[in-house]
Amino acid sequence: MSKSKMTCEEVLEYLVAYLDRETDAQTLTEIEWHLEECRGCFSRAEFERKLKAYLRESGSSRAPERLRTRIKNVIDKF
Amino acid sequence: MRAMIPVSDQEVQDSRVNADLHDFFAEQVTRVADRLYGIALRLTRNGEDAEDVVAETVAKAWTKVGELRDPQTFEAWIQRILTNTFLSEWRHRRASPEVAMEPETDGSEDEPFSLYEKLHQPFLLWWATPEQETIAKLLREDMGRALDALVDAFRIAIVLVDVEGYSYAEAAKLLGVPIGTVRSRLARGRAQLQRALWQHAQDAGLLDQPASPKDKNV
Repeated sequence: MSKSKMTCEEVLEYLVAYLDRETDAQTLTEIEWHLEECRGCFSRAEFERKLKAYLRESGSSRAPERLRTRIKNVIDKF
Repeated sequence: MRAMIPVSDQEVQDSRVNADLHDFFAEQVTRVADRLYGIALRLTRNGEDAEDVVAETVAKAWTKVGELRDPQTFEAWIQRILTNTFLSEWRHRRASPEVAMEPETDGSEDEPFSLYEKLHQPFLLWWATPEQETIAKLLREDMGRALDALVDAFRIAIVLVDVEGYSYAEAAKLLGVPIGTVRSRLARGRAQLQRALWQHAQDAGLLDQPASPKDKNV
């Protein structure tokens, strides 16, 4: 199998699914080969990956002490 | 002299197992409390509601703790209970689930939008550090706010997939909708999210056209 069979347009079409880990193994491999060799697509993939990481981070917030106390009280009753 | 209550070896052992399970549960819940609260905050968009969802989740989780087969998967296990707790309450609050869920739009907000393409227009190529870092900081800080501003249908799909890390199939199952609906909500929601982030960056004055390169050390 030759490397980088996919064009930039094809990579762009599958990029979201790739970043969401929703492609099949063959597509994933071909995209990774392409990203190794194409700076433009790599840069775009990294940007989208960062946005996803920021989204994930937005789901972590310090639980207020009031909630921690409430949780402790709930668990102490078990 | 008080009568001795006969206690079997089995009962002693059971009580030790229960004490160990209780300690394990308390320790794990303490460990994941910030994550549970953070996800609940994104789902409910309200601090008090988020606290209620987390407290209810903890109480429910204890009643199901016997179903947890692998202690290593505690976080994913309790996160799913939290998501279902929220979704169940959220469905309950809505009189007409799917009608209210899909936003009406004139289509203008549904056009594809790529923040990457916007930020990489030629006139913006000059920005390296520290401007690039400033934009990254802004995107990071604005993400939660921009996400909260989306309609429920899009917001919840994004929280399930991007914040919580569920696959499309898992998100579809949790939401009770076809996988294609999840895909479509994600695509529309992400486009709106990126459009909002772009707008915030513009409003913050970060994307003004710079002086010509000769006036600036690039």
